[in-house]
Amino acid sequence: MSKLTETFTHFPVVRQKALQAAVRYLLMILFAFLMFGLILLISGKDPLQSYKDILSSTLGSAYGFSEVIVAMIPMLITALAVALPSRVGLINVGGEGQLYLGAAFATFGALTFSSLPAWLLLPLMVLLGMLGGALWAFIPGYLKSIGLVNETITSLLLNSVAPKIIGFLIFGFWHSPMDTVKTANFVAAARLPTFFGTRIHLGLVFGLVLLLVFWLVMKYTRWGLEMRAIGSNPQAARRNGIPLSKYLVIVMCIGGAIAGLAGMAQVSGFYGVLLLNFSMSLGFMGFMICWLAGGEPLGIVLMSFVVAVITTGGNLLQLTRDLPYAVINILLAFTLFVVLARPTFFKGTKS
Amino acid sequence: MIKNPAPMTAEKKQFLAMRGITKSFPGVLANDAINLDIFNAEIHALLGENGAGKSTLMKILYGFYRCDSGQILINGQQVTIHSPHDARLHQIGMVFQDFNLIPALSVAENIALFLPNLPAVLNIKEINQRILEVSKRYDLQVNPRAMVSQLSIGEQQKVEILKLLLAEAHLLILDEPTRVLAPHEVEALFKVLDSLRKDGYAIVQITHKMKEVLERADRITVLRGGHLAGTLSQAEASEEKLVALMFEKKLTSLQVGHKTVTEKSSAPLLELLGVETHGEGAETSLKAIELEVHPGEIVGVAGVSGNGQKELGDLVLGMVRCSRGRKLLFGKDFTNQSVQKVRRSGVGFIPENPLTMAIAPFMSVLQNMALTRTWRYSRAGGLSIDWPAVKADVEKTMGRLEFSFPLYVPARSLSGGNLQRMVIIREMTQEPRLIIASYLTRGLDVQSAIAARQALVQARDNGAGILFISEDLEELFTLSDRLIVLYAGTIAGSFKPEETTFFEVGHLMTGSEVHHVQIN
Repeated sequence: MSKLTETFTHFPVVRQKALQAAVRYLLMILFAFLMFGLILLISGKDPLQSYKDILSSTLGSAYGFSEVIVAMIPMLITALAVALPSRVGLINVGGEGQLYLGAAFATFGALTFSSLPAWLLLPLMVLLGMLGGALWAFIPGYLKSIGLVNETITSLLLNSVAPKIIGFLIFGFWHSPMDTVKTANFVAAARLPTFFGTRIHLGLVFGLVLLLVFWLVMKYTRWGLEMRAIGSNPQAARRNGIPLSKYLVIVMCIGGAIAGLAGMAQVSGFYGVLLLNFSMSLGFMGFMICWLAGGEPLGIVLMSFVVAVITTGGNLLQLTRDLPYAVINILLAFTLFVVLARPTFFKGTKS
Repeated sequence: MIKNPAPMTAEKKQFLAMRGITKSFPGVLANDAINLDIFNAEIHALLGENGAGKSTLMKILYGFYRCDSGQILINGQQVTIHSPHDARLHQIGMVFQDFNLIPALSVAENIALFLPNLPAVLNIKEINQRILEVSKRYDLQVNPRAMVSQLSIGEQQKVEILKLLLAEAHLLILDEPTRVLAPHEVEALFKVLDSLRKDGYAIVQITHKMKEVLERADRITVLRGGHLAGTLSQAEASEEKLVALMFEKKLTSLQVGHKTVTEKSSAPLLELLGVETHGEGAETSLKAIELEVHPGEIVGVAGVSGNGQKELGDLVLGMVRCSRGRKLLFGKDFTNQSVQKVRRSGVGFIPENPLTMAIAPFMSVLQNMALTRTWRYSRAGGLSIDWPAVKADVEKTMGRLEFSFPLYVPARSLSGGNLQRMVIIREMTQEPRLIIASYLTRGLDVQSAIAARQALVQARDNGAGILFISEDLEELFTLSDRLIVLYAGTIAGSFKPEETTFFEVGHLMTGSEVHHVQIN
């Protein structure tokens, strides 16, 4: 059969599938918002008004929108830190810890070489941040490659170790004279540039460029091909002469480096200081976004945006509606729950 | 107390009829208006190439697929079979190629799971009793208390058949039952089938081994490309007639021609010097393996699967570490070198199971073709891949072997035979100096099997060395210049094919009568 006729015979199937997927996602989101509305009702708030508030506060004004983008930056990057390893079958739940280590390494650069000019200091901090994240990811990656421990468990457990190291560094060495829970403010040369008078910083470019590079690498390069082979069938890939354990370690480290970059961007672009416990589960947020997006770059951009709308809107709900921030976590949890339930949810409608 | 079904009177009466069965999959018409009659007390062979629609037809009968149109009649009554459960209610049972037993349970428990109307509290004693009774009648001896994980493949097959008999199946469908068996086990299986036939059971045997069909089957139905090519009785059938039905064109037969001069003077391509491995879990440990493969030589490896063949192939490839001894490839020490280095030095590998061991199922066929040699096809240091070059190379080899399959579909959508063809093409494209071929012709129809063997012979004549792992003795004896037998991880015998017989090798394969044979 020629390629052309093949395309034709499969075409209706593809279109039908796309339609099914769209309907499915719509229903999923609707379901999540319905459940959340129920929670709002129970706590005595008007759900419709709350949803309206979320939307108007985030998408209703230029400032609100810029804040959504700001919130979106670390999510983009940490989601990629999960998406890349997932292509070779690695489940990197350690984004949170890698982000902390990256932030710590970058901070080390910012504090030690504060006299350097920005064009030298910022690249140095980027490199240090990535190195920190990569080192943290090397531990689970290496243990996995020698067949000793599952990377999901180790990377997850290391998440609770990383903030303690940051605490040790801040309390022990770096804390500012005024305050024990954070370092001194970074010098201007150690701050990522911001745009348009908003808080949107260069980290956005980092994230978008990395996602593009990720897509290009997976689609066109030899490494992308080999990684897809590993993800599809690791045993066969190894028999075909693809160096499996090298890939596992290196890809895990690159994933960690990306998460470390998110940490660097956060301390250098957003806070301008290293705070104790600054992340507040950005790494986990990235994990969830990656799952929601199925690891696809475009999906990651979209899902980061949606989640950023929810979280920034949630901040506002907290102020205006007197709702605890935890409520937003409930909404996110519902979303995740519905997405994970997807495979069995609509089984009956198939064929 | 549940009774075993009494032996039926052996009358030749129609049991089941399939009428106008049509089934299409996206892009393929798997069954086109097929009629099939199955009588009581007969062995009915279903013969055809890969993709001829044999398995599809039987899976429709067993309720795995629903046909698009057509009807099934049992004893003249139309029935609907929408699930294996329905099939079992109509006394239809099927033994699949890969058995469906649960290894962690005992034989009796496995059989009990399959029984209709299983009571809430098992009476294992009674089930054991019934198993013994039936297994005695049909010479299907197995210990009901044994764990399935400890049974050989042949015994597992017995359990599968017992399972159907105890569940009161009347029609037994066997999907390529002899594929996994050693020669004397095949004999035993046929005896069992004979006695079942005498008791009135209807048996359908899916196969592409023509010899078995001619010897055993009462009637033979041949499918070709989803169509019914014809049904012959045993008296009418002959090899030429069946071949004519299976293939429209004439087959070219295999020209082997062993090399008369053994070039022992040339340096061996592969040397294993006292190699041992440490097998984990279900793996077999190899012990004291001494083996040489010279250029222009096919070394056959006989053995019942699970006796170290997989480990031997993996050892040469570098998947398994040597715990002792040395491995030399092309005169250089490759002991415990990476698979990548072994591959790059010019080793081709055709594994026993292409789907799990050779291909990435979700990638396209063409992408899979590049996987073993990404370094050859990458351009700009790996930033892009020269797909036209991959395609050109593959098409050249495809032309040489006269294989064809689509290149732009996901590999997992290929049938078993096409997967095997794909792996053969890929490994031959790189013109390897040493080829490890396990079960080369598994899943291939007669014509493709000949082409695949021909390709190996051609490679040998061009100076490649080949380690040829198989269970098909006929194939081993035809192709090999030298033959070794693996049993329990050791080399149990080593001969020239003309110095030995099927039965000698068969016995070595199963570990019996080793003392009769002189071991080099």
